[in-house]
Amino acid sequence: MADSITLTETTYFILLALVQPNHGYGIMLKAEEMSNGRVRLAAGTLYGALNNMVDKGWIEQLPAEYGSRKKEYILTDLGLEILINETNRLKELAACGDEVLKGVH
Amino acid sequence: MERKTIWKWFFVWDFEKEEQWLNEMAAQGWVLVGVGFCRYEFERCEPEKYIIRMQMYKGDKEYIQFIEDTGAEYIGKMVNWIYFRRDASLGAFDLFSDIDSKIEHLKKIGYMLLMVGIGNLLIGIVNSMGSNSRFGWVNLLCATLLMYGLGRIHGKIEALEKERTLRE
Repeated sequence: MADSITLTETTYFILLALVQPNHGYGIMLKAEEMSNGRVRLAAGTLYGALNNMVDKGWIEQLPAEYGSRKKEYILTDLGLEILINETNRLKELAACGDEVLKGVH
Repeated sequence: MERKTIWKWFFVWDFEKEEQWLNEMAAQGWVLVGVGFCRYEFERCEPEKYIIRMQMYKGDKEYIQFIEDTGAEYIGKMVNWIYFRRDASLGAFDLFSDIDSKIEHLKKIGYMLLMVGIGNLLIGIVNSMGSNSRFGWVNLLCATLLMYGLGRIHGKIEALEKERTLRE
């Protein structure tokens, strides 16, 4: 189901931000906070990615709270599996880099 | 509040220039408050208080709401382009942050140019053949211009696609 897929940085940070329920702006702030200000997801890009990920079943929309128009999302089991696989792939990648760069000044 | 209206024309494929001009106006203390056909309405504001962004609109009302929920203000719509502003103190403001979504946006613009271009070409051909109209050349000229625009958009897409082979 969730083979090893190379995710974009946008997708990866959205998945990370949705381990807890979150809405659009919350995801943007969370990604920026986690990356110490480096990753800024733009709203239009985020909107397209969220819809895409809902279609793929990686995330799902939570029932809207009364009086709130902001949609909240959370990871599905499939989304979590993809996030874990990608994290492992990135660790391997970083390990390769470290190994090669060990002797380089 | 002091206001002014400026009439100005930009070709669709020069939308980045249009956006840049709107941001220069904002930097000088004139923020966009309304748009119309070739018409831009500005209001006095603190210089460099706002960042302006614009994009082609896909007709999705939820989208405007989503962007507004991220701290931006919807300014208005001109044909199929929508304009937003956001307080610069909230940080950088962009609508697209990765190459994929920029390419997708450009492709939508290209598709629109292609459709309007083909429309003009067909009308131009029909009008040129008919005996009761002498204005078929106007449509043919429009079609030529739109195809030139399509070429410009394709150039931008190709540059981004080349970039995408190396980074996101």
